[in-house]
Amino acid sequence: MINIIWVLMTVIGIVFAMINGTMDQVNEAVFKGASEAVTLCIGLISILVFWLGMMKIAEDAGLLKRLALLFKPIVKRLFPEVPSEHPAMGYILSNMMANMFGLGNAATPLGIKAMEELKNLNGGSNEASRSMITFLAINTSSITLIPTMVIAIRMKYESVSPTEIVGPTLIASISSALGAIIIDRYFYYRRTRKG
Amino acid sequence: MQIVSMISLWFIPVLIGFILIYGTFKRIPTYESFVEGGKEGIKIAVSIIPFLVGMLVAISVFRASGALEYLNELIRPALEAIGVPPEIFPLSIIRPISGSAALGMTSDLIATYGPDSFIGRLASVLQGSTDTTFYVLTVYFGAVGIRKMGDALKVGLLADLVGIIAAIVVVTLIFGI
Repeated sequence: MINIIWVLMTVIGIVFAMINGTMDQVNEAVFKGASEAVTLCIGLISILVFWLGMMKIAEDAGLLKRLALLFKPIVKRLFPEVPSEHPAMGYILSNMMANMFGLGNAATPLGIKAMEELKNLNGGSNEASRSMITFLAINTSSITLIPTMVIAIRMKYESVSPTEIVGPTLIASISSALGAIIIDRYFYYRRTRKG
Repeated sequence: MQIVSMISLWFIPVLIGFILIYGTFKRIPTYESFVEGGKEGIKIAVSIIPFLVGMLVAISVFRASGALEYLNELIRPALEAIGVPPEIFPLSIIRPISGSAALGMTSDLIATYGPDSFIGRLASVLQGSTDTTFYVLTVYFGAVGIRKMGDALKVGLLADLVGIIAAIVVVTLIFGI
């Protein structure tokens, strides 16, 4: 999918330049794009190092675990099929916490563990269970407390207030999570009515 | 709306202070933990270089040739009718498909229009408030061998659509056009 999009963007651009006579701009764009990307990544190092360092302290101090306990009553309602003492619940909660704090890399293994446990709950079937779909819906509309990467990019391009988007991002991601939950429930009831 | 900006401004410094005090209180070797976590940051920043180089070259070729502008003009009437800035359209489409491509587009939009412009802010919020549905679906389900995905993709993509609409509404309300 992404391969095709990537090739199409480049090839259409080149063909368009032939017709439009913008070849010299395209020549320049190739090298400008590449150097822009590297400069950006180098610029991102500072904030990523700082933030992930902070998050590591939070994790070691058990802060993320405590937060997970706080959210447990809400999350229990979202997953009626998962017994609250089941390991799946723990993994689901830790994955959500990791996503919230922008620890994408830490979130992935936790998410996979959560899926494994949900599969066990579903008798090892290779079909997606109701809880799995709910988990995925919440995950993809990720409630974000600190959009680390975005703040880093805004700093790099000298924003007057790089963190001003924290509040709006939180509001937008909570709205989309609520939307995701409603959509997920709708599809679930539709399935149960059918079969 | 003043409150939202105020919270945005205070939130991170207060959080940093809180984490440090809490960690010290819990007898965590704070500095060592910090360094340990920071190493991850370098890894991430360096490992996304090839993704971003590939993506930003494609985007800047597409933009420099004039193809992007042509596409924007083509879809402008339809999008403006529903209040979506056409500049943000490619990002909305790519966000659920590829994380690195979306990151490239977001940084390109912020670089082009400025981080404090309406488009720049919208791109920031859009990038932060939804995740890469296809990636999460592929990795999570692939790792545990789920073959029948049921409604998962439909639900995920519809949730992304809600996220995009939410981002546009929130940014318009808080910052104005």
